[in-house]
Amino acid sequence: MNLHLALFLIFGAICVAGAINLLVQRHPINSALSLITVMASLAVEYLLLGAEFVAAVQVIIYAGAIMVLFVFVIMLLNAGEEERSGGSRIALLIGVPGMILGSTIVAWVLLEHSATGSVSIGALPGDPKKIGWLLFHDFLLPFEVTSVLILIAIMGAVVLASKPELSSRGEKER
Amino acid sequence: MLSFETFLIAPVIKIVIAVFVLLTAVAYTVWLERKVVGHIQNRWGPTRVGPFGLLQPLADGIKFIFKEDLTPPHVYKPLYIAAPIIAVMCALTSISVIPIGNAIRIFGYEIPLQITDLNIGLLIILGITSVGVYGVALAGWSSNSKYSLLGGLRASAQMVSYEISLGLSLVGVLILSGSFSLQEIVAAQSGSWFHVIPKWNIFQGQIVAFFIYLTAAYAETNRIPFDLPEAETELVAGYHTEYSAMKFAMFFMAEYANMITVACLATLLFLGGWHGPIFGPPILQAVLPVAWFFLKVVGFLFIYIWVRGTLPRFRYDQLMAFGWKFLLPLAIANLVITALVVALKS
Amino acid sequence: MVPLSYYLVLSGILFACGILGFLIKRNIITIFMSIELMLNGVNLSFVAFAAHWQHLSGQIFVFFVMVVAAAEAAVGLAIIIAVYRTRATLNVDQVNLLKL
Repeated sequence: MNLHLALFLIFGAICVAGAINLLVQRHPINSALSLITVMASLAVEYLLLGAEFVAAVQVIIYAGAIMVLFVFVIMLLNAGEEERSGGSRIALLIGVPGMILGSTIVAWVLLEHSATGSVSIGALPGDPKKIGWLLFHDFLLPFEVTSVLILIAIMGAVVLASKPELSSRGEKER
Repeated sequence: MLSFETFLIAPVIKIVIAVFVLLTAVAYTVWLERKVVGHIQNRWGPTRVGPFGLLQPLADGIKFIFKEDLTPPHVYKPLYIAAPIIAVMCALTSISVIPIGNAIRIFGYEIPLQITDLNIGLLIILGITSVGVYGVALAGWSSNSKYSLLGGLRASAQMVSYEISLGLSLVGVLILSGSFSLQEIVAAQSGSWFHVIPKWNIFQGQIVAFFIYLTAAYAETNRIPFDLPEAETELVAGYHTEYSAMKFAMFFMAEYANMITVACLATLLFLGGWHGPIFGPPILQAVLPVAWFFLKVVGFLFIYIWVRGTLPRFRYDQLMAFGWKFLLPLAIANLVITALVVALKS
Repeated sequence: MVPLSYYLVLSGILFACGILGFLIKRNIITIFMSIELMLNGVNLSFVAFAAHWQHLSGQIFVFFVMVVAAAEAAVGLAIIIAVYRTRATLNVDQVNLLKL
């Protein structure tokens, strides 16, 4: 039981606890906060693997911008607690045991055939310089395509979330 | 190298000193603000409690401790209590990567004046600022009152919008320094031209970036002219309407601690950190960098307070239009021009 | 030294919780958050394999996954707001008619 294994297990336990809390909580704001803790502990897991830039970007973008968007929408729409309905009870009865069975089988197979070796702490240092070099040389085309994708997403979000257009009679009122 | 002393004991001592110094600095920034705004408004400011009113923050602290801590019945308790904790934690954590001077030698150990020198230090500060938005948003939502909800929504939307311009204005500095580590960014600003003009980033062409950073920082810390979310005349008190006594004091502390962090960051990135004329005996040479850093931070805070006393506040739609339609294109233009100049030079 | 399969098992657990959330939850915002959880599980897999094979492309691909997640979250939340404006409910079981 070295330090790497201990830290991995602690933050892995926090990740799993947050993920289960997301499923168990009835109010979406509690689910959002548990997802934020999952993302923060995942950032620590990335640090354990040496991916420091990815960990920082995970905190800044995922936990600091995307989840703020989620919390914002929950606050804006005043989402209330969930109610149980017929469909959700059936989904619970079949889904939970099925998923647990499926993932146990997959986990068992993975651990059995774990001849794939181990990673040491800080295995691959993700230096920002090297990542930038790769991003702008080998991965230039995907980079440009994702920037176009973000532009499309911005335009789509602005159009979808704007108030519905007034009729032509309303145009004259403005 | 990495012995038990340098790894564990020195940082713990530095953490204790840093937290103590930061909390005292927060208290005396409040004093400075009240005095400076008072003089701008042609009155004295606090003068009665101690000489020049210097014990006023102490009196305020004692008052806050003894005030009745009232929790309204209609709030969502867990988040109501967690929100000021998140705000204060994020405000106090950013100080851990900020260096205040050259490394000093004590008892034969070389101790850097920084709690930890991460090679992504600047990104850590940006990340902590991003997470600090939750303190405001959750405070506004959990208070379950319309003023708080509106104030919280407006404040978090404003902070998220100006974070982008803040980050982009720093990329010019990163291009010039070549590293995210704050020690290396300051080291890249050492020396001077003709022994007169120091090689600070603000003189190396980042003057536009400095003003973008200044403006975005005012918006990030919810200060005038961008303090509509907590303006008394508009929204009672915005997101901290329903908070009293110690929890309100925590929001207050978090706001001023954020101001100090922003001032320290501006000093490190644009004003050359602790570089300044060094002279005198060795003991003075060890203390002078810290003194220069302190002077620059106080100067930056003075500009903050000066702007607070002088300008009126933006309306909310003007605020958002300014951030997205003016500041962001300007920051991108600054980035493109800096990158072009650096690429053509090399 | 942590075996690679431990990281993959953790990633699998997160992915499984994401699928479970997607199937059993009825609030549309929570369903969206389960999708984000699934994407996070996959990101962990990418970084673990990058560390194992000593190839930085795994860490770069995490950026692309994050960008896609951000774009999808923005557009999806805008759709949710539009749906809420017309149907006044966030329960997916009640958004089951093409015409109001």
